[in-house]
Amino acid sequence: MFDDFTSSFWANTIDGMTVGSIYALVALGYTMVYGVLRLINFAHSEIFMIGTFGALATMQITGINGPFTGFALVAVLLLCLAGSMLASGGAAVALERIAYRPLRKRGASRLAALISAIGASLFLQELFATVIIPKWFAHGRGRDTLGLAQAGGEPRRLMDKEVLFSIGSGDVRNDKVLIIVAALAMMIILQLFVTRSKLGRGIRATAQDPETAVLLGVNIDRIVVVTFLIGGLMAGAAAFFFLLFYEVTSYFIGFILGIKAFTAAVLGGIGNLKGALVGGFTLGLVENYGASIFGSEWKDVIAFTILVIVLMFRPTGILGESLQRARA
Amino acid sequence: MKRVPPVMRLLAVAGAASLVLTACGGSDDKDGGSPSGGELKLAFIGAQTGPNAQLGINISNGVELAIAQYNATNPAKKVTLAKYDTKGDPAAAPAQADTLIEAEPIGIIGPAFSGESKAVVPKFEEAKIPSISPSATSTKLAANGWKYWHRVITNDDSQGAEDAKAILTQLKAKSVFLVDDNEEYSIGLAGKFVEAIKAGGVTPGTDKIDPNANDYSSTINKIKAAKPDVVFFAGYYAAGGKLLKQMRDGGVTAKFFSDDGALDQGLIDAAGAKQAEGAIISCACQSVNPTADNPAVGKFITDYKAKFNADQGTYSAEGFDVANIYLEGIKAGNDTPEKLNEYLKTVNVKGISKPIKFTETGEIEDKSIFYFLVKSGKLEFVGAADKIAS
Repeated sequence: MFDDFTSSFWANTIDGMTVGSIYALVALGYTMVYGVLRLINFAHSEIFMIGTFGALATMQITGINGPFTGFALVAVLLLCLAGSMLASGGAAVALERIAYRPLRKRGASRLAALISAIGASLFLQELFATVIIPKWFAHGRGRDTLGLAQAGGEPRRLMDKEVLFSIGSGDVRNDKVLIIVAALAMMIILQLFVTRSKLGRGIRATAQDPETAVLLGVNIDRIVVVTFLIGGLMAGAAAFFFLLFYEVTSYFIGFILGIKAFTAAVLGGIGNLKGALVGGFTLGLVENYGASIFGSEWKDVIAFTILVIVLMFRPTGILGESLQRARA
Repeated sequence: MKRVPPVMRLLAVAGAASLVLTACGGSDDKDGGSPSGGELKLAFIGAQTGPNAQLGINISNGVELAIAQYNATNPAKKVTLAKYDTKGDPAAAPAQADTLIEAEPIGIIGPAFSGESKAVVPKFEEAKIPSISPSATSTKLAANGWKYWHRVITNDDSQGAEDAKAILTQLKAKSVFLVDDNEEYSIGLAGKFVEAIKAGGVTPGTDKIDPNANDYSSTINKIKAAKPDVVFFAGYYAAGGKLLKQMRDGGVTAKFFSDDGALDQGLIDAAGAKQAEGAIISCACQSVNPTADNPAVGKFITDYKAKFNADQGTYSAEGFDVANIYLEGIKAGNDTPEKLNEYLKTVNVKGISKPIKFTETGEIEDKSIFYFLVKSGKLEFVGAADKIAS
């Protein structure tokens, strides 16, 4: 039981951090929208899913097929990252326009927006499953899970996965390092944006008190769009890293990941940017450690038990502080 | 008048609407139900959508082909097919089964998977409609005393034991790691496999994965720590593909060995051709064996390709055979579910997938297991176990 835990401790640590960075990036979308609108955007998991197809579309359209190295690799990665971030960001903004803004303008209850979110989520899943994937991505395979290796009818690979060095049982692989470092960098940039820029100040003001913010000249609609856009961009980045790491996608790929990311957001303290990071890493690590001790079928049980225990003692999550109080 | 709260009114409207919707869903014509009508109905129940849909689609295509060929001979009574999509989900299957029973078909092809079979076959028993599954292999299904249920595939006892034997004697593995995806079918198969491989003196390491999850790194790390010669995966292709991919990316070089649930191009598509190369997959079917010494097989392969513009896949031939068994019965004048069920006891045909004869419990007598290898991104039929070591 504990043999597995000790013998693969470092391997699980590295994998937990990799998957944790992806959770954290997706969790940001939940946290920011919640911080500003007090709304759980349940369609955010589909924003993530759209991001994976954005990256896939970029690869199909440009026809790039590696493996690449050096500068070519950097250029290709940035191109695909841009593709997925654009797709997710655009989808998030469109979602806000279509599914939330009309409700908000009419002063509908938060519950109505929540139903709208669930509806949008199901709509987007089925749209991809029945129209978009069969038409442009599946190449005769219907709505099956798509492997990057086979997508577009020919194998695609961006980079060769090489072990850079090992820490104990853990192989530090180039793609894992890339994901962890890039996720951390994006978090720092976002944190600076929210705490230092004028728009960021608007976001914090709206989170604190929307009515006063309006009186002080903050354009709420603009702030909400920017919030959704940032959430979408981060989900898009997560989507590309996900595709790079697991090399699979499908129309329901966002479902479990969305739940996990939402959990990470709550675990860290929803509405709190640093909380998303802490929650993401904690969840990723706890899952992998738990699975190595009790067996992988207990992974989710352990993760959610930890969540409940944390919430019992810290009802607002590990960091607990919300977006409104985040200061420079 | 008592005031009804708005929420209750809304619920009542929704309830009524759902009744109307269920009544319309699934069956295509209500009046063709009676045996005296001009048409007879067969029904397919199984996955048409959902993560493992391809297996269900393969079957229903085989069935459609058989029925189209039958109707083209201008029989006295034409046969129609209605399809009921369970998504392969035992929770979604009962509602589909109820709609199916209302349509009063005289025979059922399916359910395709074991989990959904356990959930809905009791309903078919109660309605006294014969069912033949082309693909549900869980051993426990036959132990229910069902009288209208049959299958044209041998159960997991044979497959699990044969796979264990092949791994021990052909691959000469000293250590084995077993992963299953926690489905009804997979748990049964894994149980039998463990029993058989322990009897052979090897105690496997084990782990379970969630087929809906994407990250299997904890399982991969366990496999890496155990350093097995062979990884046996009991489960369906959707999870198998992801597992295999992450195994190879994680540097695990052990042979990948799996079962009929994973016998689909989807496994290779998700894992990648390079990662899947050399994977061994067992099946109680040999439906993709164009080398069989039966001219009907070659005809089936070309007819299928012509009709669906796709190659036939796992269980297509079983679906075709099952439909043909019913059609032969109908041709012989068995036009009620009861008569058809009696007829099934007398069936003894060659079939294009395998010889078909049912036992008392509805099992098939033929127990052969065949093997497939992944070569250059395609599944290739290799035959009996002694051919896999190459």
